[in-house]
Amino acid sequence: MSKLIINDLSCQRGYNQLFTDLSFELHAGEVLRISGANGSGKTSLLKMIAGLNSPESGSISYNENDIKTYQYQLDTFYLGHLPALSPELSCIENLEYLTQLNNQESKSNLDGALSKVGLNNYKNELVGTLSAGQKRRVALSALFISHSKLWLLDEPFTALDSDGIEIIENQIKKHCNEDGLCILTTHQDCKIENLRELSL
Amino acid sequence: MSIFIKTLRRGLKMALRNPSSFLNPLLFFVIAISLFPIAISPESHTLSNMAPGIIWVTAMLSVLLSLNALFHYDYDNGVLEQMIISHHPLPLILLAKTTAHWILTGLPIILLSPLLGMALFLDSKNIYILILTLFLATPCLSLIGAIGASLIVGIKNSGMLLSLLILPLYIPILIFGTSAVSQSQFNLPIDGQLYFLGSVLILSLITSPFVSALALRISLE
Repeated sequence: MSKLIINDLSCQRGYNQLFTDLSFELHAGEVLRISGANGSGKTSLLKMIAGLNSPESGSISYNENDIKTYQYQLDTFYLGHLPALSPELSCIENLEYLTQLNNQESKSNLDGALSKVGLNNYKNELVGTLSAGQKRRVALSALFISHSKLWLLDEPFTALDSDGIEIIENQIKKHCNEDGLCILTTHQDCKIENLRELSL
Repeated sequence: MSIFIKTLRRGLKMALRNPSSFLNPLLFFVIAISLFPIAISPESHTLSNMAPGIIWVTAMLSVLLSLNALFHYDYDNGVLEQMIISHHPLPLILLAKTTAHWILTGLPIILLSPLLGMALFLDSKNIYILILTLFLATPCLSLIGAIGASLIVGIKNSGMLLSLLILPLYIPILIFGTSAVSQSQFNLPIDGQLYFLGSVLILSLITSPFVSALALRISLE
């Protein structure tokens, strides 16, 4: 069973101390929502857990191992504020590269993932021509083919309409029912049962 | 290895769909060289003496012009973050991106140089030496440039900073590249210059992807 342990984590950005001595555990099947005011360190915390930033102090361990391991990188899917899509490439090309960077997937699965977020007819459209919500859907479609256990989603519902939010919420629930872990930041209400809350 | 091919193909595809990203530096290369005969002298002896320097300096500056875009777009849209946290080796991904950059800037410069060499009255033997030195040196310009580009990736309007960082590292390549063609014009041996450029190529090929990867991680912290 997967387990993420955050121990006495501190984060400083410039002269601002964002948080100190932050500790929590996340077990398989759990969803954690990080909330807090703008600039409270939600994104910084997610980036630390993803391995993009180093903490000032404290430690992060996954399955009792350090997070700087090949297995952790394989087990983690991080989606930041930015959708990680190139405007010059089509939806399917972007998704193919994104999943290649995370886990390799066959072409048919990519088509299926785009269908699930309602973008099957747009698969060959250049991402630069899509709306902000459609771009977000393309990026989030990677969740439907991800093999990663730990999902780190920074404001996943931004720019999504109510249908889009429901699709992603259902996928998060399904992931956690299959013993996955999910940490997300959002200012919106979440209809996910047994949602754990962490306020920064 | 598959991530190398995928990243390379992606880089080329993106550039072909946004051709101004690599055509502008090439246009600068051609236009700048074609202005020298007008500004200095159309006389063949003068131009052939100056040709190695003119072609080399403009080649270097056009590569420098294109370097800012090497990581900039991927940083702006969040793809660079995905590359860093990927389970694939980051140096391999960066090597693929740098190879795409060389194919789009260095290679066209090499292909255009015989034509521009002829326009500056270089004879066929010296054009061959020019191509050889550019073939050895333009990958170095991309590889060394990648280090600078990765250091300034998060900084806005950093074109001047990039030039200040990278130009001193380009100077030895410029000196040995131009002197190889100049010495060849006087039928002097050029083995030393070619060995130097070859060594710099091997050294930058081995070290640049790792240094760029480290610099990117630091820049994105």
